[in-house]
Amino acid sequence: MDGILLQILNGLDKGSAYALIALGLTLIFGTLGVVNFAHGAIFMIGAFCAVTLSRLLSLSFETVDPTKTDFLGNPATIKTPYVEAWFGPEFGGALIDWAVPLAILFSIPVMIVVGYVMERGLIKHFYKRPHADQILVTFGLAIVLQEVIKYFYGANPISTPAPEVFIGSFDFGMMLGFDPNVIIYPYWRLVYFLFAAVIIGAVFSFLRFTTFGMVVRAGMADRETVGLLGIDIDRRFTIMFGLAAAVAGMAGVMYAPILSPNYHMGMDFLVLSFVVVVVGGMGSLPGAVAAGFLLGILESFASMNEVKSILPGIDQIVIYLVAIIILLTRPRGLMGKRGVMEE
Amino acid sequence: MLGLNKKDATFLLIVVLLTLFTPIIMQPFAANSGLDQFNGGYPDLMQKVAIFGIFAVGFNILFGLTGYLSFGHAAFLGVGSYAAVWMFKLLTMNVIPAILLAMVVSGLLAVVIGFISLRRSGIYFSILTLAFAQMCYKLAYSVLTPITNGETGLQLALSDPRILDGTNESASLPVTNIFGLAMNSSYKVEALNRVFTFNVGFYFCGIVAILAFYIAIRLFRSPFGMMLRAVKTNQQRMNYMGLNTRPYTLAAFVISGMYAGLAGGLLAAMDPLAGADRMLWTASGEVVIMTILGGAGTLMGPVLGAGVIKYLENIFSKINESVLHSWFHWLPDGLEHAVVWVFARFTGEGWHLTLGLTFMLVVTFLPGGLVEGTRRIKSLMARLRRPKAGRTEPKADDQPSPFKKPL
Amino acid sequence: MSNSLLTRRGLLKTSAVAGAGLALPTIFTSGAAAFTNEPMGGTVTLGFNVPQSGAYADEGADELRAYELAVEHLNGEGDGGMLNTFSSKVLEGNGILGKKVQYVTGDTQTKSDAARASAKSMIEKDGAVMITGGSSSGVAIAVQGLCQEAGVIFMAGLTHSNDTTGKDKKANGFRHFFNAYMSAAALAPVLKNLYGTDRTAYHLTADYSWGWTQEESIAAATEAMGWKTAEKVRTPLGAGDFSSYIAPVLNSGADVLVLNHYGGDMVNSLTNAVQFGLRDKQVNGKNFEIVVPLYSRLMARGAGKNVAGIHGSTNWHWSLQDDASKAFVKSFGTKYGFPPSQAAHTVYCQTLLYADAVARGGSFNPCAVAEALEGFEFDGLGNGKTLYRAEDHQCFKDVLVVRGKENPESEFDLLEVVEVTPAAQVTYDADHPMFAGGALGDCNPGA
Repeated sequence: MDGILLQILNGLDKGSAYALIALGLTLIFGTLGVVNFAHGAIFMIGAFCAVTLSRLLSLSFETVDPTKTDFLGNPATIKTPYVEAWFGPEFGGALIDWAVPLAILFSIPVMIVVGYVMERGLIKHFYKRPHADQILVTFGLAIVLQEVIKYFYGANPISTPAPEVFIGSFDFGMMLGFDPNVIIYPYWRLVYFLFAAVIIGAVFSFLRFTTFGMVVRAGMADRETVGLLGIDIDRRFTIMFGLAAAVAGMAGVMYAPILSPNYHMGMDFLVLSFVVVVVGGMGSLPGAVAAGFLLGILESFASMNEVKSILPGIDQIVIYLVAIIILLTRPRGLMGKRGVMEE
Repeated sequence: MLGLNKKDATFLLIVVLLTLFTPIIMQPFAANSGLDQFNGGYPDLMQKVAIFGIFAVGFNILFGLTGYLSFGHAAFLGVGSYAAVWMFKLLTMNVIPAILLAMVVSGLLAVVIGFISLRRSGIYFSILTLAFAQMCYKLAYSVLTPITNGETGLQLALSDPRILDGTNESASLPVTNIFGLAMNSSYKVEALNRVFTFNVGFYFCGIVAILAFYIAIRLFRSPFGMMLRAVKTNQQRMNYMGLNTRPYTLAAFVISGMYAGLAGGLLAAMDPLAGADRMLWTASGEVVIMTILGGAGTLMGPVLGAGVIKYLENIFSKINESVLHSWFHWLPDGLEHAVVWVFARFTGEGWHLTLGLTFMLVVTFLPGGLVEGTRRIKSLMARLRRPKAGRTEPKADDQPSPFKKPL
Repeated sequence: MSNSLLTRRGLLKTSAVAGAGLALPTIFTSGAAAFTNEPMGGTVTLGFNVPQSGAYADEGADELRAYELAVEHLNGEGDGGMLNTFSSKVLEGNGILGKKVQYVTGDTQTKSDAARASAKSMIEKDGAVMITGGSSSGVAIAVQGLCQEAGVIFMAGLTHSNDTTGKDKKANGFRHFFNAYMSAAALAPVLKNLYGTDRTAYHLTADYSWGWTQEESIAAATEAMGWKTAEKVRTPLGAGDFSSYIAPVLNSGADVLVLNHYGGDMVNSLTNAVQFGLRDKQVNGKNFEIVVPLYSRLMARGAGKNVAGIHGSTNWHWSLQDDASKAFVKSFGTKYGFPPSQAAHTVYCQTLLYADAVARGGSFNPCAVAEALEGFEFDGLGNGKTLYRAEDHQCFKDVLVVRGKENPESEFDLLEVVEVTPAAQVTYDADHPMFAGGALGDCNPGA
């Protein structure tokens, strides 16, 4: 029982990451009908927003400290971050410590610009092109973005810790009356889960309750008719692209303390996020979110020792196995719409 | 000739000639000319181009004709390699049984995966094939290690039985051969300040590739091929007409899986090692990209695409900064460093950047792939020659564009 | 341009079988060479095959820097580095046997196929007489097999699996780096001193061959000193989020977590474990501890502060104070501005050792090189007295037990050496069961 509860918690957390990525991807792929292989790269750039901000905040000036030596035996230079010099070590240190949450504010404009430029500069020309061409061009773009990041940040993962106060875990099991240490849950994961819930809620209410959202939904259903009504649907789609990039970017920022960012993390998530979107069903935002949580939880269950001892290796393949079963029993995934990318 | 019309026969003849003279064509630069870095006429690269050409041609039978985009074709390649290496370990180092087994095993796997995946179409089909291939990869890497030797890859060992070959007294591993003719033997000819390597393995791959290519032409031109194209154009209409399209698409899927298995078997025959990496989704993606880059639905396109990607991977990745310095040493120092810095972003460790940019440029400016590019050059030449003849765009009847219907 | 190939054997066999039916071309040049890629002119070409893309690209880049440095020193440029401290003095800084050293590079992509393709192009196209490099055991074993068939020497780079010089050992392959068994043998006494003999370990292991050999080695060594093993859990390679594997650890009764992960997996699993607050917990009345048996300083940076106080082992560290290490750090640091990694150190040593073996054997012939390396005892390369054992081509030298520093002074200052475990303590018999099942075979000169 406790083991199952524990894995549900872990699964919710994994699932919220999958759901956030799939949400952004569905906005582009499931609704605009563009197979965007660069979506993983957008997620990766989001994570590097966190890295960049924490580097910017720790930009330092150097002073020579003659009492110490560096690895070559020369007098060592001591680095003092500017923010600490400006605002005093206490507030400056706290700023650096809180780099990841602050990076969310930093990432929103950056990601919207990235999304906007991508859409206007490249994707726009590919709406009418076959999906195969979209795959090739966005895959090429993903490689280019990756190489650019690799040039500036190297290939190794970069430590991007969460603020000090979120380090460690609380004993969830004790609250429910279990023994101590049975169900523990890190603070940062709780933050991540709540954050994901807020973002998902925000995107849904934006599409549901605003005029803009209504027009976009209408445009997804019937682009031509909306266009005939004299609404500039293209411009709104561009904004949607920016929004999707922002969602993926924020998912990346918040994920950075869980998974130290590296330049190829986008590719690692790419396949998984496509599976999630398709299992959820093409064109369905709730489907993508549901599939994200479902696959996350099932993956966590599969990694339990009890399960693995019966079916060795099941944790390696569970996502794909579930995807196959769902697609065979439900032809258009969980909540897919008829006729979207079925040709 | 051979059941081909005149145009196809000439085309095949050109392919045969190209294959025969590959060792010369791919060695265009003289040794020590500074540009010999760009020579690709060494056995491994030539073999790879031929093998991945087969892989891509087979993939194109499915994708180019029916429009079904499989994202899991690497599984067949990998399984073919494993089957072939096991044949080398257990039975004989002769490549013929190994390649046959590779095709049979991958064909069987294709029947299973195809039967299930073809129940869905479009993106759902792609994801199903992807899921199967990823499962193969993950299992081969971990749980199936007794069969696949996991991360290290399946290799030959001195203690393998090799029933037909008799006991191996020497303390070194036997080499793959075809009735005694070793795959890795080659004749080197030095002429014109170049070394031309005529390698048995390459010619074996080349002959197999030509056969595979010939079968592909026949398929493209056959009623069966017409049927597949009809599936691509409008599957629903076919169904309304009372035709069950499933057997046709399944046949195409299996044939294309066997092509992949053949390629996998050949890879193992050239170099008896089979690793799980061959089944990773990036490997499946690579063949998709080879096909689109070259020109999906065309005969020559996939081979061109395979050639370009393998060439970039093997040649560009080896141009390091010291090579660049040797090219540009005649420039003034500061300028030399700047030029080398710029080039180094695109070669050596930056070769991926060149790859990505190539994809973007080709697909943006040459919709239809590299084949489209050669066609444009041809028509441009024709226009230059006959300035008044007006438009001489080639008719798109013999090699229909795959771009009418997505996925 | 070299003019022999890995094909002479095949060729002879061919002629024997096919007989007179084949018309041989008259301009036929491979008759002169005695072995694969025999250097004919005034230069000799070495092949540096390192990961330049993928997860280990930074380690590959560091290896490449060390190779360039080694080539410089061999050709008599620069300050000579460890050539000055090396116990063997036959290298004079005039190349190898008077031939200037040149090199070619390639990208292994950390994939067996790509690594073999790259090595093949070096052998077939560029005439490399020795291949070296790599940053994972799978690649090292694959390329080692290729070099054996092709008849060139392979000097392994960063490969830690027992199998490289165990069941997959080859006569043409040599490893300077240490292995999982040695890590375990070096760590066990230190762990015993630190944490006592009454401990229960929980293993999280990367689910592939290197992970398994390390898990086996560590479990055997710790069980021998009285520890129990609660559970050995295999995790998928590149799992990313390890939470579902780490969450059950506390409830299992274990009080030590052993992370048999490397690279990105190590960074993520360690980060996750610390995030779960495992290190603040008490189990069985003892502090919960984490052990990372194989450390890489480059990778440890990705885990940031999380490595503080966590023990592991490493092949070499730049803070060592012997003359050789100091000379190497000085020469590398002056050229590139930061200290070398253990990957850089091992490949630099391998290059020097190869060159030295050629010089002592008087020939580039792989068999002569192998003979010179087998049983070779040397000193002055930063690891103390070292033996290249003839039976399995493995180097036996001191192993460093290190700990993540609590208060690093710079971005390079992540680990501190806790103990130098003497070579005798990590030496095992050549027929040890963990290394059984393979044979070196005969050295293959390729012709």
